[in-house]
Amino acid sequence: MVETQLLADRLAQARDSVTAIPQLSDDTPGLDLETGYAVQRLSRKGRGQVIGWKLGVTSRAKQQQVGVGSPIYGYLTTAHVLDYGEPLVTAEHINPRCEPEIAFVMGADLSGEHVTATEVLAATAGVAPGIEVLDSRFTDYRFTMPDVVADNASAGRYVIGTPVSPAGLDLRLVGVVLEQNGDVIATASGAASLGHPAAAVAWLVRSLASSGEGLRRGDVILSGGLTAATPVSAGDSIVVSIDRIGSVELAVR
Amino acid sequence: MPITDPVAKAKELYRARQDRVAIAPFTDEDPTLGMADGYAVQAELTRMILADGDRIIGYKVGLTSKPMQKLIGVDSPDYGPVLGSTIYSDGQSVSMSRFIQPKIEAEVIAVMGSELRGPGVTVTGAARAIAGVSASMEIVDSRFADWRIKLADTVADLASNGAAAVSSRLVPLSEVDVRLVGMTLTRNGELVDTGAGAAALGDPIAVVAWLANTLGEHGIALEPGHLVMTGALHAAVPMRAGDVFRAEFDRLGPVTVRVVA
Repeated sequence: MVETQLLADRLAQARDSVTAIPQLSDDTPGLDLETGYAVQRLSRKGRGQVIGWKLGVTSRAKQQQVGVGSPIYGYLTTAHVLDYGEPLVTAEHINPRCEPEIAFVMGADLSGEHVTATEVLAATAGVAPGIEVLDSRFTDYRFTMPDVVADNASAGRYVIGTPVSPAGLDLRLVGVVLEQNGDVIATASGAASLGHPAAAVAWLVRSLASSGEGLRRGDVILSGGLTAATPVSAGDSIVVSIDRIGSVELAVR
Repeated sequence: MPITDPVAKAKELYRARQDRVAIAPFTDEDPTLGMADGYAVQAELTRMILADGDRIIGYKVGLTSKPMQKLIGVDSPDYGPVLGSTIYSDGQSVSMSRFIQPKIEAEVIAVMGSELRGPGVTVTGAARAIAGVSASMEIVDSRFADWRIKLADTVADLASNGAAAVSSRLVPLSEVDVRLVGMTLTRNGELVDTGAGAAALGDPIAVVAWLANTLGEHGIALEPGHLVMTGALHAAVPMRAGDVFRAEFDRLGPVTVRVVA
């Protein structure tokens, strides 16, 4: 029997003290994906209202980076939000890395075990350019899948730009450019997230259904990093531009 | 230090191209060979190929991405001529037998509408001279064993250009922000990689300006109708007989290469 509350406490302690810890699986035999999600659910307590979700390990680049083949999800609360123009403060994070994402803003509730990408698009009010700040609580991002699931999919902070209607946009093909201090660091198209960002959100909805949850109107969904994440430090500026959707900028202090 | 016999080296490459047998990199024997040496060999090799009746229909620019520049150890792109005999149209079969160790790269090509002559060409000037952009896949190939190339080698070897498949759909720059054009590459229907125009030197139009300025140093201009292959948007993918590669570009449309033995 894995002591899920103890593991959740360990992660909370690491986060609050901004100090990396070794992966939980090192001294927790029997830590599987299901247990990882149980730890993640416990960790929601005291973090404020859940206002959305994030997907992880959806891009080929990311799957290569961590050596796995299926996505994962985590939750977003008000504690994760960076308002537009608000800088990222590195002192509040262990090992922050930024990646470009397409953010979905839901216009209707959506749940169910058989939801498809088409239904996701129909329930979407807008899509926005997003920068997700990852921050693993584990030393040097060394973790197994159950570890990173327990660690809320390395969720750190996020900022999104102004949402636009997805009508008439082929999110599979929109170009995505990640710049750091004016240099193009990486490019992608929307297909980098599970072939289509809406397919990634549909995967999330189906996965949430198994624990009786779903998306609510107004939820923000970060549909998965589209390039490898770039490490950031104080003084950096990050810009994510997405064709026909817009761009969003983040200053790092 | 002047290069030792560019004509002899060009002949070696010419023979490698004809026989489809890779040769040892020139820099194995002489590691001091640099960019100027490479272009001297390229000029001789081009002369030999044109004497056979081929013609220059544009240029390719290579080493346009940070990772490629790091790999080769340079901080600027290189270029080589694009030969009329190497252009395929969308959907055509491409035979492996024509190449030694081919790889595929999706990229944006620019088609010149008017003459562009450096030096002093700005991105604005380049944009004005471009009739439009098209979807394309370049087939890169190295005539050097195992792609073990240094800068002088790849420059001499026509910037490792092999062939290109080009879409007939020409889209004017007023309709598209080339920096942000997204691209998805599939092989036999499976996603292989994605990218956007900015992968090429930050902006494919800046690649055209760089090329015009660099050619200008040698008194050469880009002419109306010339193609400029502006650089890969992702890491090159090895080709095998039976593969069907499809690169789909947002607003430029798709281009397909069917690889046969």
